[in-house]
Amino acid sequence: MKKDDYMDLDFSDIEAHFPLDRREFIKLFGGGIIILVSLRDAEALPQQSRRRLRPELPEDFNAFLRIGEDGRVRCFTGKVELGQGIITSLAQMLADELEVSLNSVDMVMGDTDLCPWDMGTFGSMTTRFFGPPLREAAAKARAVLMELATEYLQVSLNKLKAKDGVIFDKTQPKNQVTYAQLTKGKKIVKKLEGKVSLKAASEFTIVGKPVSRTDAQEKVTGKAMFSGDIRLPGMLYARILIPPAHGAKIKSMDTSAAEKIKGVRVIKDGDLIAVLHKHPEEAGKALAKVKAKYDLPEAKVDDKTIFDHLLKVAPEGEAVVQGGNLQTGEKLSAHIVEETYLNSYVAHATTETHTALVKIEGNKATVWASTQTPFRAKDEVAQVLGFPSKNVRVIPPFVGGGFGGKSNNKQVVQAARLAKLAGKPVQVAWSRAEEFFHDTFRPAAVVKIKSGVKDSGKIFLWDYKVYFAGERGSQQFYDIPHHQTVSTGGGWRGTPGSHPFGTGAWRAPANNTNTFARESQIDIMASKAGIDPLEFRLKNLKDKRMLGVLTAAAKKFGWTKSKATNGRGYGISLGIDTGTYVALMAEVEVDKKGAVQVKHVVCAQDMGLSINPEGAKMQVEGCITMGLGYALTEEIHFKGGEIFDLNFDTYEIPRFSWLPKIETVLIDAKDSPPQGGGEPAIICMGAVVANAIYDATGARLFQLPMTPERIKEAMNPK
Amino acid sequence: MIETINFKLNDKPTRLNVDGERMLLWALRSELSLTGTKFGCGEGFCGSCTVLVNKEAVRSCQFPVKDVKGKDVITIEGLAKNGNLHPLQKAFIKHDALQCGFCTPGMILNAYSVLLKNPQPSHKDILQNMDENLCRCGAHTRIVQAIKTAAKEMIGGEKR
Repeated sequence: MKKDDYMDLDFSDIEAHFPLDRREFIKLFGGGIIILVSLRDAEALPQQSRRRLRPELPEDFNAFLRIGEDGRVRCFTGKVELGQGIITSLAQMLADELEVSLNSVDMVMGDTDLCPWDMGTFGSMTTRFFGPPLREAAAKARAVLMELATEYLQVSLNKLKAKDGVIFDKTQPKNQVTYAQLTKGKKIVKKLEGKVSLKAASEFTIVGKPVSRTDAQEKVTGKAMFSGDIRLPGMLYARILIPPAHGAKIKSMDTSAAEKIKGVRVIKDGDLIAVLHKHPEEAGKALAKVKAKYDLPEAKVDDKTIFDHLLKVAPEGEAVVQGGNLQTGEKLSAHIVEETYLNSYVAHATTETHTALVKIEGNKATVWASTQTPFRAKDEVAQVLGFPSKNVRVIPPFVGGGFGGKSNNKQVVQAARLAKLAGKPVQVAWSRAEEFFHDTFRPAAVVKIKSGVKDSGKIFLWDYKVYFAGERGSQQFYDIPHHQTVSTGGGWRGTPGSHPFGTGAWRAPANNTNTFARESQIDIMASKAGIDPLEFRLKNLKDKRMLGVLTAAAKKFGWTKSKATNGRGYGISLGIDTGTYVALMAEVEVDKKGAVQVKHVVCAQDMGLSINPEGAKMQVEGCITMGLGYALTEEIHFKGGEIFDLNFDTYEIPRFSWLPKIETVLIDAKDSPPQGGGEPAIICMGAVVANAIYDATGARLFQLPMTPERIKEAMNPK
Repeated sequence: MIETINFKLNDKPTRLNVDGERMLLWALRSELSLTGTKFGCGEGFCGSCTVLVNKEAVRSCQFPVKDVKGKDVITIEGLAKNGNLHPLQKAFIKHDALQCGFCTPGMILNAYSVLLKNPQPSHKDILQNMDENLCRCGAHTRIVQAIKTAAKEMIGGEKR
C-alpha cells in the first residue's frame, strides 16, 4: 500500500480500548458457533497501518460472527451504517464465504456492548480492511460446519458441499444436514488464526452481484430508527444556547423570561447553557427568550481575506514526494505555468443533525447517538461523567449521513452532561443553526503550482505546494521527471491560529482540494501546448490503471476534440483516492449570467473487486451529485468566528433541478482486492466542472465554489 | 391554549388535546410517537418533515396542529395498506432510491402529492416538483427513476 493510502486516515485521539472480557462476552450469546476475528492479525491490513495501529488495537478480537441454533447468522461489527450501504455489502461478503443466503444474515452494528471495538467508520476503510478478515471468519465457520457434517453424515470431507445453509453429499444429495441442525446444542468458539483459504472471484455467488439495499424496507416505511426517534419515559428535550461567534465570551445572562414558561428547566454548567422541556418546541421557544451578552473577539479574517491569512501563518511544510531536479525541469520546459487555487470552507450539512439521547441509571449510562465513532463517544461520555468506560454503552441506530462530520461527538457530551444534571434522560438534537455553528468544516485551503511543458506536450516540471487542505491526493500520478510535492498546515484540522473555527475531515478530505488544483493545472498546460485535454493526459500517463479508466470514460462519454457549441463545454478530471482510480468527464452549459447547468457526467472507476456493483454505482452517483455543491455553490460565509450561513436558504446544496445525466462504468477487476467506494468519485467534481466551463467560455476559474458571480467575472475580466 | 383537535390520521379518527399552536411535526413525533416524519431544518427549507394534509404536501414543521382539524393527514406510516407497500415505496426499494434514508419519508410523500395532481409527470415535471426536497447523499437520480416507475404502476388507480 502506498503512503497516501493510509496517511491522513483519521486515527488521532483514539484511546486504546478493550472490549468486555472474552468469556463474559461470549456468555451473552448462548449456544451456536462463534468465530472471533482479530484485525490485528489480518493479512489485509497494510504493514504501515498495522504498525501505526499496534498500540491501539486490542489484543483480543475486533468482530465476530455467530451461527445461532436457528441457523440465522449474526455479524457483530463496530462499523456503522451511514447510508454508504455496508449493511448490505458486509452481509454479502459473509454470506458468500459461509454459503448461506443473504437474507439469513443479520447485521448488528456499532453497539459498544455487543460489538467489539472499532476505531470508527471513515476513510472508506470498511470494505478494504474489515472485509478480508470478515470473509476469513466466514470461511473458518464454514470449515467448522463441514467438519461437524462429516461426523453427522458419516461422509468424508471431499465428498461434501455446502450451499444455502445446507451441507450435502455430492454423490447423494439427499444425504444432507442444515447448519441449524449442526449447531443445535453446541457451543463452539474459535478464534480466527492462521491462513484460511478464501474463494476465488470465479467462485463467488453473492459477492460481485448487484444486490438491493437490505435496509430499504425499513427506510421507506418510516420504521427505521434514528437517534432522534428513540422515546424514553420522562425524557426531556434540550436546546442549547450558541454564542454569536466562535470565541465569544459570555458577559451576562438573563434567563428569567425563559424560566416563566411552564415546565422549563434552565441548566447553566460553565460554558453549557441549555433549556430543557418535555416538548422540543417549548424548549426552543424558551431558548429564544434567554438574553445573553457577549464579549466578541476582534474579527481578524473573513471569507475573502482568509486565503492571505492562511498563506501568512503557514508553517514551512514537508515534502511529500520529490524526484529529479526542479531547475532542470524548468530549463527543459517551453511554457511555465504558475497558478494559485483557492477553495472555501464547506459544511457537512447532513439531513439528520447531530443527535444524542443519554439515560443515566446509577453509575451506568446508555447513549443513543448519531455518530461515526461510537467507541470514541463511549470514552468521551465516560470521561465527562466520571464513570468507568465499561459502564457506558453507546448504541448508534441508523445514522442520517456522516461524511466525516459525525466523527465529532460534541452533542453526545452535551447530552451526557445535561442528563446528569437534570436527573432525567435528555435528548440533544441540534437545530440546523446549531449544526452549522458547531460543524467541523472542510478547511479553506490554497494550492500553488508551478509547472512546465514542452511544445511536444511532455510535462517536465511539477512544483506543487498545498496549504491547509492535507496531503491526501496531493501526489500527482503523471510521468513527470522533475517534481516536488509539499504539504503544509497540519492537515485538515489546521494549526493553532489558522482557522477561526473547527475544521475536520469532509468526504475524501484534502483530495477534493488537491484534485481541483492538479487537474485544472493539467488542463491549462494542455491549452498552452495546443493539445486536446484527453490527448495531453494520454501523452503524459504511464500508469495502466489510470489509462484504463481514462479510456473507458472517453469511450462512454464519446469524447471528441471538437469544441462544443452554444455555451456548452466538455471537461476531464482524474484522481486516485483510497486505492481507487477515477476518471470523470462532464458536459456543462454556461449562460451569460454565469449560471452553470451540468448536463452529463460519465465516471469510470477502477475500485478492484466491487462487492455490490449496484451499491458502488449508488456511491458514485452520490459523489457526483453531492460534489456539484462544493463545485458550484457551497461556501461558508463568515466574519471572524461569526458564521452567516445557518440554514439551507443561504447555504445551497444540490437539488433535483441540478441533476445531470449520470453514467457509471465500473472496470472489471474482480481479481484485485477491493478498494474505497464511498469517497473517490467526489474528488474530481471541482476540476471536471472548471475544465468544462473553460471549454465552454474560455474563462478559467481558480476558486471553488464557481458561483455565477465568479464565473461572470472570469468571463469579463476588468 | 389547550384545545381538542379531531382529525383523521392515516385513515383513523384521531383526537389530540394539545396547544393548537404547536407544530404538526412535533405533535406527530412526540404526542403520537410517529417518528417516520423527520426534523431536518425547522424552517421549511428541506422537506424532511413533509406529510399530506387533504392530499396536499405540507411542511409539518411550519404547520400548526390546529389547522388539521377535520382534515385527512397521511404520514409515511400510513402509506402501506393491509401490509402491502404503496407503489412508491416499492419503487424506492426497487431502484435503491435512498442511502441514509433520513429524507426518504419526505421524498415519498412529496412524490405522492406530485402524482396525485399529475399522474403522468414528465422528467422535467418531476425535477421541478421535487426541487424543494433536499437529499444530501445524492440519491436524486434513483428517486426520479422510482417516481417514474411508481407513476406507471399507479395508472388506473393505486394497485396494492
